[in-house]
Amino acid sequence: MDTKTLLELLCNGKGVSGYEYTIKDTIVSAFDKYSDEISVDNLGNVLALKKGSTKEDNIKIMLAGHMDEIGLMVKDIEDNGFIRFTNIGGIDPRTILGQEVIVHGKKDLFGVVGSKPPHLQDPSEHDKAIKMEDMTIDIGYSKEEVEKLVNIGDTITIRRELLNLQGDRVASKALDDRAGIAVLFECIKELGKIRHEADVYFVSTVQEEVSMAGALTGAYKINPDIGIAVDVGFGTTPELSKSDTIELGKGPGITLGGNIHPRLRQKLTEVAREYNIPFQMEISPGPTGTDARAMQITREGIPSLCLSIPLRYMHTSVEVIDMVDIKHTAKLLAFFIASISNDSLEGLLCY
Amino acid sequence: MLLKRLTEASGVSGNEKEVRDIIISEIKNHVDSLKIDRLGNIITYKKGRDTSKTLMVTAHMDEVGLMVTDIDSIGLLKFTTVGGVDKRILVSKPVAVGRDKIKGVIGAKPIHLQKREEWTRALNINELYIDIGAKSKEEAERLVNIGDYVSFYSDYVEFGDGLVKAKALDNRVGCNLLINLIKEVNDISFYGVFTVMEEIGLVGSGPAAYEVNPDISIVLEGTLCYDMPKLDSHLIPTYINKGPAISLIDRTTVFNATLRNKIIDIAERNNIPYQYRKTSMGGNDSGKIHITKGGSITTTISVPCRYIHSPASVMSQSDYNNTYALLKAILAEFEREEL
Repeated sequence: MDTKTLLELLCNGKGVSGYEYTIKDTIVSAFDKYSDEISVDNLGNVLALKKGSTKEDNIKIMLAGHMDEIGLMVKDIEDNGFIRFTNIGGIDPRTILGQEVIVHGKKDLFGVVGSKPPHLQDPSEHDKAIKMEDMTIDIGYSKEEVEKLVNIGDTITIRRELLNLQGDRVASKALDDRAGIAVLFECIKELGKIRHEADVYFVSTVQEEVSMAGALTGAYKINPDIGIAVDVGFGTTPELSKSDTIELGKGPGITLGGNIHPRLRQKLTEVAREYNIPFQMEISPGPTGTDARAMQITREGIPSLCLSIPLRYMHTSVEVIDMVDIKHTAKLLAFFIASISNDSLEGLLCY
Repeated sequence: MLLKRLTEASGVSGNEKEVRDIIISEIKNHVDSLKIDRLGNIITYKKGRDTSKTLMVTAHMDEVGLMVTDIDSIGLLKFTTVGGVDKRILVSKPVAVGRDKIKGVIGAKPIHLQKREEWTRALNINELYIDIGAKSKEEAERLVNIGDYVSFYSDYVEFGDGLVKAKALDNRVGCNLLINLIKEVNDISFYGVFTVMEEIGLVGSGPAAYEVNPDISIVLEGTLCYDMPKLDSHLIPTYINKGPAISLIDRTTVFNATLRNKIIDIAERNNIPYQYRKTSMGGNDSGKIHITKGGSITTTISVPCRYIHSPASVMSQSDYNNTYALLKAILAEFEREEL
């Protein structure tokens, strides 16, 4: 399968944190052809193993891209059938007003997010954002009907199909971090063409947006020698300071900071330079808030790296990436993995 | 389906061509005369039995939207609003730019990089921009011109218990009603007029009324609807599923009470549900029509639309059907010279 086709299937799929099973089959069927073993663990992580080329006792590298997305959850049903809701994961309430949504009730139900219309507001309200608690979802049924179809606690996703923009750029919901899974997929295909000693675990993790539960338990089970999170980084836009962001189309951000193993990170940049793969530095002195953080503190500690795909408008339903960055990130990962041998790892991990 | 084609077409005020072309292709074989005036209004006449008075039925073709005002140094598009658009509904939405409908998105700053007080404040238009995926100013300039119209990118969806979601239901629903009236009513003389630029100040309707010089006008609209359960009923402008909304007063017209009472009488005699439009906010083409030349009496009959002027407005098919039934009954009464 073409990597972009998979990305489109994943982004158009619906899997709020804790409810990722809806896209599990898409991931399994894509990775199955390229992996030696594939399994789904208790929390719902999809683990695809591609074995190394040498003897047994290979070193293990775990790649993590998270399959969950931010979303909403049903809180209450009004007398006219309108649904009150709250958020799962970090959401700017201003990005929710006027959205079309899918309420995942007994069946998928179309709805529209509304609020008091501006004509009926006091003019002083016009410069204030509408609070999420003042918004409602209209699924077009009476309260009686809604109660038959929807339960408190049902999840809700924004209705959005992946949109092709100019060149290689695409806009979609959930590119954070289905783009990371696309990188994993591109990487497993690349590794089919390159000799590598390490056993590589391609893990699509669950619940990153709320607790990183998937990366924690996945890393515990695999117990890798190196853990690499593939997530998204803040893309440059006019309202953000350049030093906080990475530019679209200029390769992955390689994260620097306490969450990241310094020697491995140095090796990663050396590989990028050797193969002429563009990259950018992304500074994150503390815990990264990615699966790299979860992996770093699993068991007795796992040396971790983090690669970020530049992405604009993070946590909106119109996130934008450049597909070129998916290719570059996957290439860098593949060449990095190939550069680590059972014998060289020890030296790389020395402080 | 006609309402799908009408709502998915782009017709931001001043740029109604795509909508106008659909309407003309639908009605051209059903009218005795059809002309496009110098502003872009479509003025049609259907000849039936002679009546002493001249009746005009109107619907505006245009919709609210955006217009490109600048292309910045990295190829992002700055824009302004055309017509009444609440700036708060723009964030995190897809749009279609220009004649080629180039897809773009209106993004927003990541929540992670915001201070808490930021997300309690509405973003201003000058803080927003459209990202079409161009990598440079030059690339964007090859695709987009300053002044290009931008419409919401939103499809027609039927959902729930007989509801419809689309952009521009204000006023493609009025256009649809008038198109069907022109197609199906054959023995009554009336002017059917589709106007331009209602949303930016009732521009087309004055000149159209000047040309037609009607005695009675019926303005068809999609109007404000907000029917929350805990609201006092006098604060509810219209309800969904309670039938056509008949205007009392708005910012542009104090509607003729005699005509209104006749219409209500017609609705009651024909068992057609109706409601009053209980707000004085907003205005429509009636404002210009009733004061053109020597003046005329007008009524506005609307299909209630939730989330009006947004990319996802919602109406009910039963309200549409009841509005259409009422219109046919009014036209029959007009033919009997009893309106």
